[in-house]
This record gives sequence, structure tokens and C-alpha cells, in this order.
Amino acid sequence: MSLDLPLVFAALMGLAILLYVVLDGYDLGVGMLMPAADAREQELMVASIGPFWDANETWLVLGVGILLVAFPAAHGIVLGALYLPVAAMLIGLMLRGVAFEFRVKAEGWHRELWNWLFWFGSFLASFAQGLMLGRYITGFHSGFGYYLFAMLVGASLCGGYVLLGATWLIFKTEGALQKKALAWARWGLIWVALGVALVSLATPFVSTTVQAKWFDFPRTLALMLLPAATLASGWLVWATTGRLRRGEREWDWMPLAATVAIFALAFAGLAYSLFPYVVMDRMTIWEAASHPSALKFMLVGVAIVLPFLIAYTAFAYRVFRGKARAGLYE
Amino acid sequence: MISAPMDTSDVLLLARAQFGLNIAFHILFPSLTIALGWILFYFRIRYARSGDPAWLATYKLWTKVFALSFAMGVVSGITMSFQFGTNWPGYMHKVGNIAGPLLAYEVLTAFFLEATFLGVMLFGMNRVPGWVHIFASAMVAIGTTVSAFWILALNSWMQTPAGHVMDGGQIIAGDWLQVIFNPSFPYRIIHMLLASGLTASFVVAGLSAWRLLRAGDDVSARKTLRTGLVLAAVLAPLQVWVGDLHGLNTLEHQPAKIAAMEAIWTTGKGVPLVLFAIPDDEKRRNDFSIEIPKGASWILKHDGEAELKGIDAFAPDVPPVAPVFFAFRVMVGMGVLMLLAAWGGVWATRRGMLPQRWMLWTFSAFTFAGWIATLAGWLVTEIGRQPWLVAGILRTADAAGGVSGAQLGASLTGYIITYTVMLLAYMVVLTHLAGKGAHA
Repeated sequence: MSLDLPLVFAALMGLAILLYVVLDGYDLGVGMLMPAADAREQELMVASIGPFWDANETWLVLGVGILLVAFPAAHGIVLGALYLPVAAMLIGLMLRGVAFEFRVKAEGWHRELWNWLFWFGSFLASFAQGLMLGRYITGFHSGFGYYLFAMLVGASLCGGYVLLGATWLIFKTEGALQKKALAWARWGLIWVALGVALVSLATPFVSTTVQAKWFDFPRTLALMLLPAATLASGWLVWATTGRLRRGEREWDWMPLAATVAIFALAFAGLAYSLFPYVVMDRMTIWEAASHPSALKFMLVGVAIVLPFLIAYTAFAYRVFRGKARAGLYE
Repeated sequence: MISAPMDTSDVLLLARAQFGLNIAFHILFPSLTIALGWILFYFRIRYARSGDPAWLATYKLWTKVFALSFAMGVVSGITMSFQFGTNWPGYMHKVGNIAGPLLAYEVLTAFFLEATFLGVMLFGMNRVPGWVHIFASAMVAIGTTVSAFWILALNSWMQTPAGHVMDGGQIIAGDWLQVIFNPSFPYRIIHMLLASGLTASFVVAGLSAWRLLRAGDDVSARKTLRTGLVLAAVLAPLQVWVGDLHGLNTLEHQPAKIAAMEAIWTTGKGVPLVLFAIPDDEKRRNDFSIEIPKGASWILKHDGEAELKGIDAFAPDVPPVAPVFFAFRVMVGMGVLMLLAAWGGVWATRRGMLPQRWMLWTFSAFTFAGWIATLAGWLVTEIGRQPWLVAGILRTADAAGGVSGAQLGASLTGYIITYTVMLLAYMVVLTHLAGKGAHA
């Protein structure tokens, strides 16, 4: 039996993008929450993401890399159509990436400036990613409704990242900052719930393909498991943050885990809506794929490297387990 | 595809300007961090062996410089991973089956390795045993070097393609080992690694000299000044030798580039070496030239009467001569100055001596000398291969397109502003860090 290489690479690309969204999502979320904290708390927040953000962003390079090298025909169309939001995202990522390093070394108003750029870059990158997603789902159609839809997705993704960032802080901090993060998480959850509800309702209207896939009885009944599980995860975030607010100390990781579940479920729904298209309604993964010789050569590399990659990523998270401590570079 | 209302030549120009700006900005940081990773590893080992707090202070200061430079490289590198496809759709279309896997291997084997262990290296010194921290430092250095390996394999393949075959109108790899170890790769990678070594050693020496000038005498700054100068003094002559070998390799595989570098317009025997001139690309001649008779034949063929091919032998597929000619002279000139500065510096710091202030000022002025030489060398090799993007396979003009001129213009403006701010902030922070000394 021969391997369906485009399918394998589509799955790998999906995995890389999901990992990127969850991993960089929490540090982008922490960046967006910065203005809500005082100076001492900001140090802790930055310390909690310091060891990870570089590697987190690498998943974006891998995701886009797979799109580029495994589905080159689609890469040109997708990123050509998304050129301006991509440029905005890149500038956002650049600003926050270097602000992260510069703010530690700066003093006085310089530091305030870099803090502001850190927030602004995080927000710009998050919103632009949401815009990209919104444009992508609708197959890059132009028109007021489509742009409004993309903005809605952009705002929702910001909410999602804020929720991820807040639940990450619940997990990685304690005391007053954790208390604040609990409140942020609950606001974030309301924001996400609104966003997900609106986007889910609007999507069938902006895409007939999605509509046909979801409103197809009796399959629809089985598919309802996805929103049901999402709802349950949302409830879990609400319930566990409530317990933690009442002074419970256990299960501080649960809000984060439940939020990751929300993202994974939303991603699964999205993947179901799109498959087998890599460019919505225009190009399937098989039409866009590179030559089998190139895919085979890369698959060998993936098979060899992936176990190591997972092992040393796990190692890094183990090294920095427990609550974050202020004082980088100590 | 998006329609392009502008003239296609304008779009090509904008696409090139944007990509050129991005890659020129990006190359600055890897060219520093590739070697700085190894220098840090050396500092870390020295500290582990001696337990001397001066080495620890040194290590910590340079870790900050590394982290900053690495972040600049990462963020501009992410931008490049997008622009490969958006600015040059024809490139992936034509040679994606070769370029794609090489880039994928870079991400898989290098990016994750360096980014993940960088976290442990920067923030984990008190959290892991000493040997694990040393291991993490080594992994970061290995990661940056492996990254250079893949990207230079791809760049070299584009200059001297080998190992590929045609399969139903598509270019695919016939033999991956031949693709990777193509004719110019061994020379190019060593030339680049040495360039990185020189860049990093001058940054180390330059900032150390600045520390001695601004923060007063300091054991740690003396140690690093000496380290940087000795390393540069060893690498500079090696680079002259490897550069010459690389040039001979270029003569064999890309003779048009050599003709442009030396401003040789017409094929002939006993060709003079043009020391200086103003090449005129329109009239195809040199103005105000100063020449050494038979010099070029001598240097390139080791025979004063040997025949050398000129631009006329390759026209019309030739690069613009003037930029290649001048960039080559800037590179060689900087190389010579760096060699002299390094040797003078080693002499001035012998037996633990502190150099005189004017020498410290000189080393400070040379802090970013490696960047100038590297950028100049990069211009030589990249402009020198025009009009080809992939030699004999794909022209640069055929690879552009897909994005409208207006979008390119808008994003280019955004990039220029962002890069200017970043570069200024980077230099300010670096001198500030060095000015405060090791206890910053």
C-alpha cells in the first residue's frame, strides 16, 4: 500500500498550525494583557513566557514552510491573497519579538515605549492572524460582508488568545497576579463565547461549501458533538476558574487545558469544513502537492527529527516547570 | 491570482527591493550569531573549568548580546519564509521540489534545536546541572551552524546547480547528495563560516574596547578584547586563502561573475588587473582605470599570458558590472583593513598589555566591520549571478509576480520603517550594554 503523501503532509501542516496557535497564542495573549498589570506583575508575566516564545514562533515557520514546500501552488495563491494582513502580522511579530529583548535592557520611558510596542505588536499579530483566517475560510471573496466577517474572526481570535494567555498565567503564577488572571480569563471566556457563537452562525452564510458540509442530516447530529464538547470545555473553564477564585489551589492547570481543548475542537471543526481543499473551493491538497520525490525526502527528515523535537521540547518545559519567578537572565 | 495594474518591470523592481532589503537586514544577524554561539560556548567552558567570576560575567554579558541578535534574526527570518513564496511565485513553481526540502530540513534540524535550547541557555543556568547547561549552549551553537549549512546548500545550488533531473516538465532531485554538495557549496560554506567568525570576533573586540573606554579597566573586558583579536588574527589570513579558492571555483563555474568582479569587458590574453576604475555598463568600458599589466591573468590563472573571458563572451546574459566591481573592492578592502587591525591588536595586547586609547577607539570603530564586508560579499555573489536566479534554469524576471505593485509598495514602506527602528534600537542597546560594563 502506498502512502498518500499529500494527505500526510496536510495532517502535518494542520498539526504544526494548531501547535503554533496554541503555543504562540498563549504568549501573544500574555502580551495583550500587559497593560492590565502593574510593573512588578509585568516582569513575572514576561518571565513566564521568556524561555518559550522563540520556539513557539518556530511552529509558524514550520506550518508556513510545509505550505510552501509541500503545497507550493497553494502557497502562492493563499499568501498572495493575504499579502497585506501577512505583512501586518509579520511587522507585529517583529515588534513584539525585539521589544521582548529590548524592554529588559531599557530604563525609564524607553522601557515604557518597548512595553507599549510589545502590547501593540502582540495585538497586531493576533488580529492579523484572525483576519487571515477569516479571509481564508471564505475563499478570499471581496465584499463588505466578507470583510466584516474577517474582522469578526480577527476580534474573536484576539479574545481566544487573551483567554489562552490568562489561563497560562493562572497556571504559571500565584498570589495577586493569579487572582487578576482569573478575572481576565473569565472576561476572555465571555469574549470567546460571543465570538465563537457569531462566527459559527455567520460561516454557513458566507460559505455554501461549509453550509453543505454541516447541514447534512443525519450527519449533522454526529457533528453536533463538536459544539457540545466545546460548550463543555467552556463550562470547565468557567467552573474551575470559579473554584480557584474561592481560594482552591489544586487544578490550576485545568483552565489552560480546557482552553486548549476549545482551540483543538474549533480547529477540528475548521479542518472538517475545509477538507479536502487547501484553497477553499478552488484547489485540493492533491492538486497543490509537490512532486512525490520531494515529499518523500522531507518525510524521511520529519520521521527522524520529530521524536527528537518532541523530546527536547518536553525537556525545556520540564526545566521551567512550576511557578514563574521574576528576574530573567539570572 | 491578483491582477497587477502596474508595469511588470516596476513590480519586479519592488519585489526585488523588498526581498533585497529583507535579506540584507536578515543576513546581519545570522552572520553574527553563527560564530558568536561558538564563542559563547568557549566562554561557558572557560567558566566551567576555572570557576572564575570574570568568565561568568563575560558569559552573561555576551549571552544578552546573543539573545538580542538572535531575536532580530528570528523575526526577520520568519518574514523571509513568507516572502519566498509571495515575492517569487515562479521560483517555487520551477524549482520548489529542490528548494522546498532544503528549507524544510533547515527548519526541522536547526530552527527548533536552537530556539528551544536557547531558552534553557538564557534562563536555565540555575535550574539545570552545569553539564546540561553546557550541553544546551553547544546545541544552540550547533543549531546556528546547521542552519547555515542548509541555507548555503540551497544558495550554492542556485549558483551552481547539480544533481537535478527533469521529470515530466518538473525539475526534481536525481541525487540529493549531489544537490547538497554541489560544486560551489564547500567553498561558499567555509567562506561564510569564516565571515561569521570574523564578524563575531570584531563585534566582541569592538564592544570590549568600548567597555574599556567607557567603563574603565575591567578584567572581563580585557579577556574578551584579547579573545576577539586573537580569533580575528587567525581567521583573517585563512579567509584570504579560502576567498581565493572560492574565486577560482567561481572562475570555473560562473566566469561571467568573475568578469564583472574584475571589470573585464573583452576576452583576451595577458589581461590586466584593474585596481580601480569607474565601469560604464552602457559603453562597456572602464573610465579612470588604474591597472597592473597581466595582473588578472596572473591572479586567476597563475600565468601572466593566460586567456580570460570578458563580459563580451557571455552577453547578453551578464550581470551589471559596476555594482559587482565596487562591492568586490569594498569586501577585499575591508578584509585587508580587518587583517591589519587584528594583527596590530594582537601585538598591542601581548602579555596582558592594555592597548593605548587610540587603538581602543580603532577597535570600537571596527565593531561592525564584518557586517560591511559580509554585505559587500553578498552583493558580489547575488548581483554577480544575475540575470539568473537559478543559473541556466530560471531568470529572476520570470520568478516575480503574483502580488500587485501597490501592495508591495505599502508593505515595503512598513518594513523600511520597522527595520530602521529595530536596527537603531539594536545598536543603541548594544553600545549601552557595553558601556555599562559586565555588571549590567
